[in-house]
Amino acid sequence: MTDILMPALSPTMEEGTLAKWHVKVGDNVKSGDVIAEIETDKATMEVEAVDEGVISEILVPEGSEEVKVNTPIARLGGEAGAAAEAKPEPKAEPAPEAPADPQPASRAEATGDPVRAPAEAPKAEPAPKPALRDPELPEGVKLVKVTVRDALRDAMAEEMRRDSDVFLMGEEVAQYQGAYKVSRGLLDEFGPKRVIDTPITEYGFAGLGVGAAMAGLKPIVEFMTFNFAMQAIDHIINSAAKTLYMSGGQIKTSIVFRGPNGAAARVGAQHSQDYAAWYGHVPGLKVLAPYDAADAKGLLKAAIRDPNPVVFLEHEMLYGQEFDVPEDVDWVVPIGKAKVRRQGKDVTLVAYSRMVGFCLQAAEELAKDGIEAEVVDLRTIRPMDIEAVVESVKKTNRLVTVEEGWGPMGIGAEIAAKVTELAFDYLDAPPARVHQEDVPLPYAANLELLSMPSVAKIVKAAKAVSYK
Amino acid sequence: MARGQTGTTGRRKATGAADKPKTGSAAVTKEQLLGYYREMLLIRRFEERAGQLYGMGLIGGFCHLYIGQEAIAVGVEAGKKPGDEIITGYRDHGHMLVCGMDPKEVMAELTGRSGGSSKGKGGSMHMFSTEANFYGGHGIVGAQVPLGTGLALANSYRGDGRVSFAFFGDGAANQGQVYESFNMAELWKLPVVYVIENNQYAMGTAIQRSSSETRLFKRGVSFNIPGEEVDGMDVLAVKAATEKAAEHARSGNGPYILEMKTYRYRGHSMSDPAKYRTREEVDEVRKTRDPIDHVEELLEKNGWADEATLKAIDAEVKKIVADAAEFARTSPEPEPSELYTDVYTESLA
Repeated sequence: MTDILMPALSPTMEEGTLAKWHVKVGDNVKSGDVIAEIETDKATMEVEAVDEGVISEILVPEGSEEVKVNTPIARLGGEAGAAAEAKPEPKAEPAPEAPADPQPASRAEATGDPVRAPAEAPKAEPAPKPALRDPELPEGVKLVKVTVRDALRDAMAEEMRRDSDVFLMGEEVAQYQGAYKVSRGLLDEFGPKRVIDTPITEYGFAGLGVGAAMAGLKPIVEFMTFNFAMQAIDHIINSAAKTLYMSGGQIKTSIVFRGPNGAAARVGAQHSQDYAAWYGHVPGLKVLAPYDAADAKGLLKAAIRDPNPVVFLEHEMLYGQEFDVPEDVDWVVPIGKAKVRRQGKDVTLVAYSRMVGFCLQAAEELAKDGIEAEVVDLRTIRPMDIEAVVESVKKTNRLVTVEEGWGPMGIGAEIAAKVTELAFDYLDAPPARVHQEDVPLPYAANLELLSMPSVAKIVKAAKAVSYK
Repeated sequence: MARGQTGTTGRRKATGAADKPKTGSAAVTKEQLLGYYREMLLIRRFEERAGQLYGMGLIGGFCHLYIGQEAIAVGVEAGKKPGDEIITGYRDHGHMLVCGMDPKEVMAELTGRSGGSSKGKGGSMHMFSTEANFYGGHGIVGAQVPLGTGLALANSYRGDGRVSFAFFGDGAANQGQVYESFNMAELWKLPVVYVIENNQYAMGTAIQRSSSETRLFKRGVSFNIPGEEVDGMDVLAVKAATEKAAEHARSGNGPYILEMKTYRYRGHSMSDPAKYRTREEVDEVRKTRDPIDHVEELLEKNGWADEATLKAIDAEVKKIVADAAEFARTSPEPEPSELYTDVYTESLA
């Protein structure tokens, strides 16, 4: 004997009307036969038999309303021939009143309440925090002036020499030598198999990159700018960031998505956007946004070696700037560690990417008025080194965040929330945020300037939180 | 059979159930055919049981059943070589069962238990097995096509002779990323076979209502990708087409498109009342084109299986499914500590 239960036709269905029986007592049914029709407020659906047998009893007559899910609605007797050989399946369909199952599913519980009280969610394990510091430089290492552009190129070249699974793909990365010349010379050294010009199809080639990473390769996917990566964001988030989790740890995607991010100059709203907050929102991604050439090189090398998907945000306006970079060493900067770029005791300025330079300039201005600003360069957006920010705020008691992106739900909003949570008693003023004005970036030179964060805006905010 | 498809009905009749083709039957052994029968039956019984567990509230969310399409997963598996990769969308249970994943871990994933293949964290649409070269299980319509093309890029990069099989439906066939992938696959001669499981309906939209060109095997024409239409209800036709397409891709000729004409008996997902087609239409396909009945007929015609043999297979399959269901019911839910595992990995090992 098998009970036929009132089925749930959707995840939220709790009860329904048994509209019609297509079978009667004594009928022989086999798997797939339509035996009844059920109505809910949303739909009418047919119920198919799963088991074979003879209908021995109809327990709920047609026309019955408010029949709870899992109520026995009919009884099936074993069929003499076919069922006899099949091994009986004891306990396969327990009556809902007496579940033998130690872990009854929520809807099988007597309450019928679809929402199970969750066990208390464990706290996110704090990311392991070993003393992540920039690597010590060996004695006698020379520092040489290198542009951010060449530092990025050197990082890729060194990692491609080191690991044959690393390759670069993107628009104009090979023959054209890079739209911004970041991949200059790579085709000559590594050939077309490892430096791949793609068609202008971000969605497609980002997906190909993720697929290749799932198969164990370590692609570097260059977006000509991150503005175009919006076409590919589904693969960055849904295919790359989430798959390790969804596969229970089986499928790893070691991949770097890189390219210029943020506003260049006079290119209008669609080509001028900071995506740090967008990607920083997503668990499973690591998000880096370096400022100087040494970090650009050291962090890109770390990103390529990292077994997780990494979004690497560069800045067109920094590509041509020169900074000191250690020569002839395997320079790898740890992910997840901020850097104090200027010491100060009066106010903390937190920024990343190009805005770090703005903050350093603002700090010089502020010094003229006797305010010593401490500049914290986040370098990594996710996982964020909030401890470094808190440590600085505990010293200065004042906080200004600076970002190119919009303010609402932004990086500054996150930092302000965290600092309020972790160092509330140390704050002598509410945190201030400097960010792009809450409009699409305008083209007109004067309006563009008005919209963007500036040294003057940072100085003003720092003075405001200092009550000066 | 879907009606109102004047363009395709005639052709399908030619290869349809009314006069069952003997496609490749000469090239198949008794053991092989019995094996296909068993695999297809396993999928059907497994899916029926999944539907039942869903009705009991043991499976949540979305659940897309493969009933009616069994010949495709089984036929492609029979025609591919060990090491070749498989990737598909969310109607994925059948593929997982034939690629060698344990029915218990598949069913336990459906019930969201720790014994599931993704420890209960993926669900019906998100299962994977690196061991079985099965790369999912993807919930975004069409996303598996560039991903599968990327698997082929890796095969080509390594020169390992493997072919990637990217499955998608008639609905996904209209996604832009499919054509971005076609372009790159042919441009770079990547070893990928695109298997379109055309079950006639993209959720509730019949193909004639969604597609300006319903002969999907022609979708590669402007990329120079060869394509052919296959009776997806005939496991031997599927196998033969797979072998041909795989050979093409493996020999460095680039991608190949196989349009498998098939039909799903159940709704798009469990909560689909299927009011966009008639009961008669479904019954007609079940009666005249059922892929399992077809193999049964072939077995009987060749004198390869009597009723007792088929019943024994039936009993064996039922036992596997019953055991899987029992495991899926009794496997504990994941530990709360699993909430924060597998977000990041520390190593590539």
